[in-house]
Amino acid sequence: MGARKSIVALVIVLAILAIAPLGLPRFYTYLIALIVTTGLLSTSLNFVLGFGGIYQFHHAVFYGAGAYGAAIMIAKLGYSGWLGFVAGPLVAAALSFIIGLICVRLSKLYFGMLQISLGSLVWAIVYRWYGFTGGDDGIHGIPMPELVGSPLGAYYFALIVGGLSLLVMHRILNSPFGSTLQGIRDNAVRSQAVGVNVRRHQLAAIVIAGFFGGVAGVLFVVVDNSVFPDMMFWTLSLEITIMALLGGWLTFLGPMLGAAVIVCLRTFVSGFTDYWTLILGILLVLVILFLPEGLLGYVLEAWKRRTSESAEG
Amino acid sequence: MDIISFICSPGVLCQVLVGLSRTVILFIVASGLSLILGVLRIPNIAHGSLYMIGAFMAFTVSKVFGGGITGYWMAVLLAPIIVAALSFIAERAIFCRLYEREHIMLFLLTFAFALIFGDLVKLVWGAEYRTVSMPRFFQGSIPIFGLPFPIYNFFLLIMGPLVAIVLWLIVNKTKMGKISRAAAVDREMVGAVGINVSLVFATVFVIGCYLAGLGGALVAPIVNVTLGMDHTLIIEAFLIVIMGGLGNIWGALLGALIFGLTQSLGILIWPQFGIIFPYAAVIVVLSFRPTGLLRSTW
Repeated sequence: MGARKSIVALVIVLAILAIAPLGLPRFYTYLIALIVTTGLLSTSLNFVLGFGGIYQFHHAVFYGAGAYGAAIMIAKLGYSGWLGFVAGPLVAAALSFIIGLICVRLSKLYFGMLQISLGSLVWAIVYRWYGFTGGDDGIHGIPMPELVGSPLGAYYFALIVGGLSLLVMHRILNSPFGSTLQGIRDNAVRSQAVGVNVRRHQLAAIVIAGFFGGVAGVLFVVVDNSVFPDMMFWTLSLEITIMALLGGWLTFLGPMLGAAVIVCLRTFVSGFTDYWTLILGILLVLVILFLPEGLLGYVLEAWKRRTSESAEG
Repeated sequence: MDIISFICSPGVLCQVLVGLSRTVILFIVASGLSLILGVLRIPNIAHGSLYMIGAFMAFTVSKVFGGGITGYWMAVLLAPIIVAALSFIAERAIFCRLYEREHIMLFLLTFAFALIFGDLVKLVWGAEYRTVSMPRFFQGSIPIFGLPFPIYNFFLLIMGPLVAIVLWLIVNKTKMGKISRAAAVDREMVGAVGINVSLVFATVFVIGCYLAGLGGALVAPIVNVTLGMDHTLIIEAFLIVIMGGLGNIWGALLGALIFGLTQSLGILIWPQFGIIFPYAAVIVVLSFRPTGLLRSTW
């Protein structure tokens, strides 16, 4: 699918979502906002994982950093909401720069294992620092600016900011920088040989992904008005990796689709059983065994095969 | 001078000894992880879950044999074997089909198993925590530096080097170990000379998982056996393996030592954030030796 077509598809979906609250109960607008938030998080992960080939195993820590950055600015330091919303992603970007700088010298799995460990340190600090972060309770009832204070306002804010973030990431991936990044993923040695500074490009990609992970964190604060340490626990990082894998991590919109499927499944399955993680685990095994390209990847592949067949015939 | 007298005070020395016995558990679990990493190149996230299952199994086995000293020894003997059997089934059923695939797929597969095992434990043992009673033989303590030091921790301090030596003998002195080291370097070549590589991988995987179960069984009498004990342990084991060098058994021992000591001293110095010290140690180690202290097999 060409770049223009995916943008058109994105705009159509956004238009449908924009009028959705008119006919839907409030619970569903909350659910959609949650999907957009989680989907943005998963897409920002896929920016480095699928397109950069970097084993970003602990991406949720930047989500948490964005959310906590905003929440602490607003609830603890008393700044205005809008300032907090800007601060969150910047905190996330700064943290991703520090962690990225330590990890980027290492190769694939080494990188991932070190990142998951360093991210866990951040989690442990947040979890224990009662005075500043609220410890394991987190921070609840964060006051919001009037415009996004209502559920409907939060919904539109999530939609607009989420959509804009996707557009920006899409533009970056189609820029020379994005091409270089994908070149590094496909063959790092050759990229190095033609004079690309591999480490610097990877670090830049990690910071961009961390920034948008932080934006997703801010959206969660707006939608839910709360933060808690589980937002940066390593299991969440792997859950959003599952979303990217399920949707198709070589496609741009795959992670969004995967997030939609998993968030909906979790919401409805949790009503019936306590064993949601068991179901998620089995689902993941099935995806790895039978659908390694992901849902969207599979559909695109089938579509391409059909068009090429009809072109021949 | 102040620092030296602080470190030499009996309270601190005792804390170090307790920290060392925790190091033993960490080493046993991390060496299994490192073995699997070195040969199969999978960072097995489910390793922590197997440790947890080992601890819960120890609880059940020791109850079946009526607690006491028999119950304890049966638990230490049987629980890791049950865990190894479980991992053998998982390896033969699913993992062995995917060795050709990208490593990240295998990594995610181990996460799937961590999720499944976690909920299975909840299904079988419930969400409450369990305690394995300490057999009377291990109760009580020996006075060291004028302070009581629990006998069980002493037992652990003997177990650690024992496991290290046995593991070293298996890896370096048996034919199996030699083949697995060769397979770690060049899988295809080992296959080409007529060795069943898949079976070698299965054996290494099962031995590694046995060690996770053993760690769980040994730790059971001194902690509350509870859901979620896998989550923190696996991250600690990752750190240890990274610090020591992936796939290196002695590296795992060294890493566990550094981790255990910095942690136990860190908690003395700064109770709330003692956890920062082991991480700081890792960052320092990696800034000088990016691939760990000892030679990695990669």
